Amino acid sequence: MSKSLNRRDFIKISSLGLGGLAVANPIFDWLGGSMNSGESLQETIKRIPTYCEVCFWKCAGWTHLNEKGDIWKLTGNDNDPHCNGRLCPRGTGGVGMYYDEDRLKTPLMRTVINGKQTYREASWDEAFDFIARKMKKIADEHGPECIALFSHGSGGKHFGRMLKAFGSSNITAPSYAQCRGPREVGFFATFGEGIGSPERVDIRDTDCLVLIGSHIGENMHNGQVQEMSDAIDKDATIITVDPRFSTAASKSKHWLPIKPATDMALLLSWIHVIINNEWYDKKYIDKYAFGLDELKEHVKSYTPEWAYGITTIKPNVIRKTAKEMANAAPSVIIHPGRHVTWYGDDTQRLRAVAILNALLGSWGRRGGFYNPEKKKVAKLDIPKFPKPSKTWRDAFPDQYKLAGLALASGICDATIPAADRDCSFKAWIVNGTNLISTLPNQANTIEAIQNLDLMVVIDTMPMEITGYADVVLPECTYLERYDNLRISGHREPTIALRAPAAEPKYNSKSAWWIAKELADRLGLNDYFPFETEDQELDWQLKKVGSSLEEMKKIGLKKFERKYDDLYPLEGLPEYEFNTNTGKIELYSTAMEDEGYDPLPKFTAHEEPPTDFYRLIYGRAPMHTFSRTANNPNLTDLMDENKVWVNPKVAKEWGLINNQEVWLENQDGVVTSFPIKVRVTERIRWDSVYMIHGFGHTDKRLSRAYGKGASDAELITQTKIDPVMGGTGMRVNFVTFLTEEPTKGAA
Amino acid sequence: MRYAMAIDTKKCVGCSDCVVACQVENNVPIGHCRDWVVEATSGTYPDLSLEIRSERCNHCTNAPCVRCCPTEASHIVDGGIVVVDHNECIGCKACIESCPYDARFIHPKGSVDKCTFCIHRVEKGENPACVSVCPTKCMYFGDTDDPNSEISKLLKKRKWKTLIPEAGTKPNIYYLT
Repeated sequence: MSKSLNRRDFIKISSLGLGGLAVANPIFDWLGGSMNSGESLQETIKRIPTYCEVCFWKCAGWTHLNEKGDIWKLTGNDNDPHCNGRLCPRGTGGVGMYYDEDRLKTPLMRTVINGKQTYREASWDEAFDFIARKMKKIADEHGPECIALFSHGSGGKHFGRMLKAFGSSNITAPSYAQCRGPREVGFFATFGEGIGSPERVDIRDTDCLVLIGSHIGENMHNGQVQEMSDAIDKDATIITVDPRFSTAASKSKHWLPIKPATDMALLLSWIHVIINNEWYDKKYIDKYAFGLDELKEHVKSYTPEWAYGITTIKPNVIRKTAKEMANAAPSVIIHPGRHVTWYGDDTQRLRAVAILNALLGSWGRRGGFYNPEKKKVAKLDIPKFPKPSKTWRDAFPDQYKLAGLALASGICDATIPAADRDCSFKAWIVNGTNLISTLPNQANTIEAIQNLDLMVVIDTMPMEITGYADVVLPECTYLERYDNLRISGHREPTIALRAPAAEPKYNSKSAWWIAKELADRLGLNDYFPFETEDQELDWQLKKVGSSLEEMKKIGLKKFERKYDDLYPLEGLPEYEFNTNTGKIELYSTAMEDEGYDPLPKFTAHEEPPTDFYRLIYGRAPMHTFSRTANNPNLTDLMDENKVWVNPKVAKEWGLINNQEVWLENQDGVVTSFPIKVRVTERIRWDSVYMIHGFGHTDKRLSRAYGKGASDAELITQTKIDPVMGGTGMRVNFVTFLTEEPTKGAA
Repeated sequence: MRYAMAIDTKKCVGCSDCVVACQVENNVPIGHCRDWVVEATSGTYPDLSLEIRSERCNHCTNAPCVRCCPTEASHIVDGGIVVVDHNECIGCKACIESCPYDARFIHPKGSVDKCTFCIHRVEKGENPACVSVCPTKCMYFGDTDDPNSEISKLLKKRKWKTLIPEAGTKPNIYYLT
């Protein structure tokens, strides 16, 4: 097949004059007196249940319609354990996602006019026919398994169903290998269970919360932020380990300003102190744990004095904080974090976290880790999915053996043809994830895309990834559609309904409808047996003794726990863990069997070269990755990121607050846009910090374009976790350019 | 009856939910806000402290904005809530100049705008939008004239401060420290 090198020129749709101008937006309107005494205000005439899609905590809430029948505001559902009636700023600002006038409005197809690639508007039928034809051709030539789905969010379930029916199980989300995968594997190897989302941490009832690089409060996962606040109310001890004085650090009794990339040394030293002082929970460990002797021997040399030289945390502080944890045990949480793909030994670091929790007896105990319960909801009555003859794993023989889910980065790599690999991906369906910002090493991602025969992007917004697609499909926002029930595991099982509060704007459609229409054209109608989403939901709800009618009124339904085992290890009953030994594995036989270290070891990580600083990135409470960067309400709260620079460093470079600089990484990659400097004592002198998700390069994002800089551009290096394929991304170093670099210069 | 707000700086994480909730509830135009978040860092690395405050009109008992308003558009209603009647407001900005808290702005429509303690909600027995949404539950709204109210009890139990007390405005936003 012939293929020109740049068959996927990035197309800037802004030059096409597509769609309309800004559409009147009620939230911008002056409603004739909303302000002060005696004036009329909007009133809720009707409310429709939903669960939030701005992040993936999925809080249940209500969409309120005003007198005009327009979407007005969003509030939390009082009965929902994810939010307890209080949405976070992103959830509250979710209305901006609906009203954003930059939304994708109609299907687009790549075409060539006068030798130049561009998009043209297409009908849904035309777009579906094209995609179905291409998918069938790829399946005939290479097998259906060569089609992969990248998704993040509710749409993934629908497209996943369609793709599984077509014969591919290569369904992935960057939330695994680029985020929380190592913690799932680390905890699974130790306790035979993962952490899941929402995290099963009993913060509400804990006496001691230890956060390692986890910045709850800036990371706005709602229920956790609420529970941390409850813990503060109850005078719980908070210990925060972070090179940055995070918001959480400012709420902590102990802040350990650790040298970045040395967390493992601190963890091993804490384990050493707790074992050597016999501060661990002896009865619990005797009854449940396997490998204490091996662990004891293993950590013998990891003294606080040893750790001091590596972490810069003083030995007495290490001892004192270990004692604080032991005093609180078992009501203590060494928090597993969420985004943990940092240095490539992340599964091992999370193993150390799990081991520490085990020693303190917090797993399965009040104030530690609870046992969530999910409501069982009947699966749809559809045919069995065909069994794929190959999967993404075939591209990585003998690697990442404990990966529990497909690797987004792995599928991306396996799209670039290689001599030693017979499985190269030929088509990507991308839904709700801006892979250009999400995956490390943009050049690699773009090279992979150039090798595709088909790329379909389904999104609400013209994110950068849409510019590389052959077909762009506009899905409507969560406020305009049904989706699958939210079935979440928590202290009490709940289900929540998302129902549309408005017709889809423009020519956008729900993900369910798009997936079903595609499935129909692929001859897979049996997998979507219902004509509409509400019929499917009603069928499912009736199976659990509810109905669509009831759920539309209540939004969320709580069920009694089937088992009285919220804290299954209280009172130390007989218990068999889902591990090889049936015990908590301090010494991991599963890791050993697969050829990995059964006990976590310290590995020194590369340090920044002279004049370079470690790039640390994180979250702001009002934004979710890059997906909210154009939301009118949320950009109003924060429209750009800044680079945090320690005053000593600023002095050395002559940098002042709000000065614009360009960041250049160790590979000579420079940010597309300048970023303002924030001189602050809150960051160590060997690091810089920036919020992820800014520096958008697509002009169609009128509010986000060119605002701040993208950390993702600078993440050209990764350290791959050998255990599960996670991409460690805190291994990049940057320096400052105070003058605008000339185009083309490194 | 004296409505007031107490905000626990030990719990506030500065997420700005109060800001967006107010904006949506009250149709505050994008680009303006009736409440905002201030972060104040002190010390040098690693001996640092951070205070985060959600700020807004202090609904001062001795309100300079009310005293200086030439048309009585700015006035105090039951419960001590300072409001602006925008039909009376001529947009002279004297109140903006007089406010030590910089709590007022000119609405694009021409008159002065600011926090109302969500009087329309309070009248219905609800909390102001900012208080009702706050994920950390760091904000408390109530009647400081009632010794049994939650806010009165908190102000008795906890250390607190007000902003710029030296201005003599007798503010009714309290920060628990």
